[in-house]
Amino acid sequence: MPAVGTSVARKDGIGKATGSALYADDITFPGMIHGRTIRSTIPRGRVKSIRFDFDTDGFTIVDWHDIVGRNSVDLIEKDQPFLVESEVRHMAEPILLLAHEDRERLNAAHVEIEYEEETPLFDPEQSTVVFKKIDIMKGNPAGALASADLVVEGTYRTGHQEHVYIEPNGVIAVPEDVDGKKGVAIFGSVQCPFYVIKALRCLFGAHPPIRVIQTETGGGFGGKEEYPSMIAGHAAMLALKSGRPVKIIYDRAEDMIATTKRHPAIVRHRTGVTRDGHIVAMDIDVLMDGGAYVTLSPVVLSRGCIHAAGPYRCDNVNIRGRTVFTNTPPNGAFRGFGAPQTEFAVEVQMERIAEALGIDSVEVRRINALRPGDTTATGQKLREDTSALMVLDEAVRRTDFLRKREGYRGTNRALGLSLFYHGAGFTGSGELSLKSKARLDLTPTGVRIATGSTEIGQGTRTTHAQIVSDSLGIPYEDVEVAQPDTARVADSGPTVASRTCMVVGKILEECAHEMKERLNGLSPAEYHTRHGAFSVERMYAPPDWIKWDDATYRGDAYATYGWGCDVAEIEVDPDTFEVRPLKLTAVQEFGRPIHPALAQGQIEGGTAQGLGYALLERVVMRNGAMANAQLTNYTIPTTLDMPELDVVMLENPYPGGPFGAKGLGELPMDGPAPAVVNALRWLGFDVREIPATPELIAGCTATA
Amino acid sequence: MARNVGRQCVRERDAVRTAISGLEVRRAASLGEALSILRDDQRTPIAGATDLYVALNFGTLEPRRFLDIWAVNELRDISMNGKTLVLGALATYTSLIRSPLVERHLPMLVEASRQVGGPQIQNRGTLGGNVANASPAGDSLPVLAAVDAVVVLRSADTERRIPLTKFYTGYRATVMRPNELIVAIEIPPVEGRQWFRKVGTRAAQAISKIVVAGVRAAVPRIAFGSVAPTVVRVPETERSLASGATIDEAARVLSREIVPIDDIRSTAEYRMRVATNLLRRFWIETG
Repeated sequence: MPAVGTSVARKDGIGKATGSALYADDITFPGMIHGRTIRSTIPRGRVKSIRFDFDTDGFTIVDWHDIVGRNSVDLIEKDQPFLVESEVRHMAEPILLLAHEDRERLNAAHVEIEYEEETPLFDPEQSTVVFKKIDIMKGNPAGALASADLVVEGTYRTGHQEHVYIEPNGVIAVPEDVDGKKGVAIFGSVQCPFYVIKALRCLFGAHPPIRVIQTETGGGFGGKEEYPSMIAGHAAMLALKSGRPVKIIYDRAEDMIATTKRHPAIVRHRTGVTRDGHIVAMDIDVLMDGGAYVTLSPVVLSRGCIHAAGPYRCDNVNIRGRTVFTNTPPNGAFRGFGAPQTEFAVEVQMERIAEALGIDSVEVRRINALRPGDTTATGQKLREDTSALMVLDEAVRRTDFLRKREGYRGTNRALGLSLFYHGAGFTGSGELSLKSKARLDLTPTGVRIATGSTEIGQGTRTTHAQIVSDSLGIPYEDVEVAQPDTARVADSGPTVASRTCMVVGKILEECAHEMKERLNGLSPAEYHTRHGAFSVERMYAPPDWIKWDDATYRGDAYATYGWGCDVAEIEVDPDTFEVRPLKLTAVQEFGRPIHPALAQGQIEGGTAQGLGYALLERVVMRNGAMANAQLTNYTIPTTLDMPELDVVMLENPYPGGPFGAKGLGELPMDGPAPAVVNALRWLGFDVREIPATPELIAGCTATA
Repeated sequence: MARNVGRQCVRERDAVRTAISGLEVRRAASLGEALSILRDDQRTPIAGATDLYVALNFGTLEPRRFLDIWAVNELRDISMNGKTLVLGALATYTSLIRSPLVERHLPMLVEASRQVGGPQIQNRGTLGGNVANASPAGDSLPVLAAVDAVVVLRSADTERRIPLTKFYTGYRATVMRPNELIVAIEIPPVEGRQWFRKVGTRAAQAISKIVVAGVRAAVPRIAFGSVAPTVVRVPETERSLASGATIDEAARVLSREIVPIDDIRSTAEYRMRVATNLLRRFWIETG
């Protein structure tokens, strides 16, 4: 029986259900001590003096002078220091590291830091330091705007969002001898083990042998893409200095205050339309608050801009984006990676365009939805796996949208809809330059998958094993998955960008086909008995038709896209302006589900996260720091906040994916916020910003 | 029954978790033992410890020495004394929810208890603890204030009864003396329809942004939480409604009588608007 397409038992299921799975904080090593980060308490200024108000006996103390290589986290730029030398750019910036075997003594240690404070910059619109600019140009938008029957303008704002993975960031650095050299092994809750390797090589120079082992990881959502490089660097410095294993586990408050968030954005639209509802020009300006260092902001901006025109055809488009410096902790990767911000904006804009034209918003979307053969803002000609109309029509049909919406007129209930898409894998030529590799090892009983792709709850081990099982024609149970250890597995690229199943799964599929040929009809066990072990390693080859020019932002931005249409049915309390989502119908097309239950879980979870983004999750910033860094006051949805979910998975295979699969992880994040806000419009609330808290809705001017 | 353990739930930026080894706990098995310990020794009483753990995790826990009275079963009773409903200080929200007496005499307390935290908190959190913790956002407090509940305080030597409306002297401040324990909350007979509404930050596991309890009688009694440094009754509003003012006039009186503030959960403007909306809703639904 084929494994692909059935909901086989998760590879990590028993361990997690029984509690035998070990997360970073479950692990101890002989002689292990605990690390703590001393952070800045001002948003901008200089360190004048540091004084230790405690008995330093038994403590390991590290500051920037201890760095032998380069004091910068090697990512896109090398501007972010592991430890402040003098200049403080944001609240909770790491300045010093302490370690001690007694956690309470460690926590009680008080370090007095004197600063020379400077006036901080918090408003991205006032910032003149631009980390990255993007300009996407198609046709003649100025001319088309001038000659349009109608121009609709709007400004839309989205806030920070915190990942709230169940397990906060944490690592253990363990000194180890490798061929007589003093090295270090990092055990930690990470998405991208090889990113950590890159950052640590820069931090330590070429000297110490470094490896990174991913421990069981309690969620990531992008929050463990780049940040673990920082905490791993800290633990490694303490470990190398003390000669002992060092564990650093953030508690929830530290994790929320110090680590990355989703970029807040301000998106301005000017859309030219004809009387009969055709979009003829889109002029879009995207501003993202990058925070104090570059980190991943340029690529977040890039994905945000590429998705900013929404799943619509238009011959004349200009999208200008910039991400800027502010004195706040750096914003970073978060499920959706810039697209939830810009797709919120365009989908509310679409609703307003329909209002302005007096044409139903479903019809306006239908007229303009991208079809195979159409070109996107970057000039990419879409292929047969383009499903905007398919998901829209199914969502409208299934929810009886038009009739139901009409029936709610005059009540405190309404329906809202959003149409969205999400490019899978790295942008443009990204997958080519990543040179991702995957390996299959023949074992005495079957095969072992050896990649750096991490299981972070989304089902990596399971879907990869399913793909290998069917491609090799062996039972799913005979496929094991190696724990990612950078010394032992192939670098399959980061576990991000909805690429793990689609891209790494594809390499594994090819490895399996190659292995099957060598087995020549023998089972793995038979082959192993007769000839011994062997391995197959292959590198990813993106589809050869992909052409992308990073200088002009023209070309094939993504090999394929997932498509979605969400319908939110909500009720607003007339006294308190609380929004109760009653039902959310999520119709999504992502090629083909490898594991239907896991795919449904991705859509349900992403929808919950999207509803939190839409209605509840407000990061309150005070003096450049999160003031509600606790789960009581940063409110994510509970089960009682969740509506009934109707998840519909449509299929339209992507020929370049394993068994037709596209990426799925991020797609569900893009839809809920605009669907909810569009429903609010039908109730008379002209909301242009999320989170749409009751306080915000109460202050909204009526649309009617 | 933590007293003032969580003064501030927002962590100082450089604060860390309170060191457990620095805490000292004694356990009392009976009320007599608890009161005699408190006579000689200043300790903060704790029972469910649900507020304590919040403060501990945020490094804002001030007291270091505690008296655990969770085992003092004589404070768990829910009973009638004549026409007075007597709620033991250690009655948990779960026991309040399940009590036929509370359901019959004070159904809005059942409603309030159902909206406290989640089941785990309801199993551990106690009514006495909610009163002692003195948060202006305490979910049960408007209910108690609206029905003129009486807090029964006992020390080794004396017992005194303080109306809940006189129990709080300011933000997180009460008339309790260090040697006293809350032993019970007494509810005089309640005439008229009861009405309760909590507006939290989400559907469950939420701290209230505004909470209202009302009793509709010839002279209505109405109390609000989260609109002032303590839970408050609104006597002017009550009087205006009793004297036949329209609900619009009463809402205007209310808006002069409460002084909500901005905080990390909500805004003064929202709280004011919703308070007046809920006053109207109370009036419509109990009329």
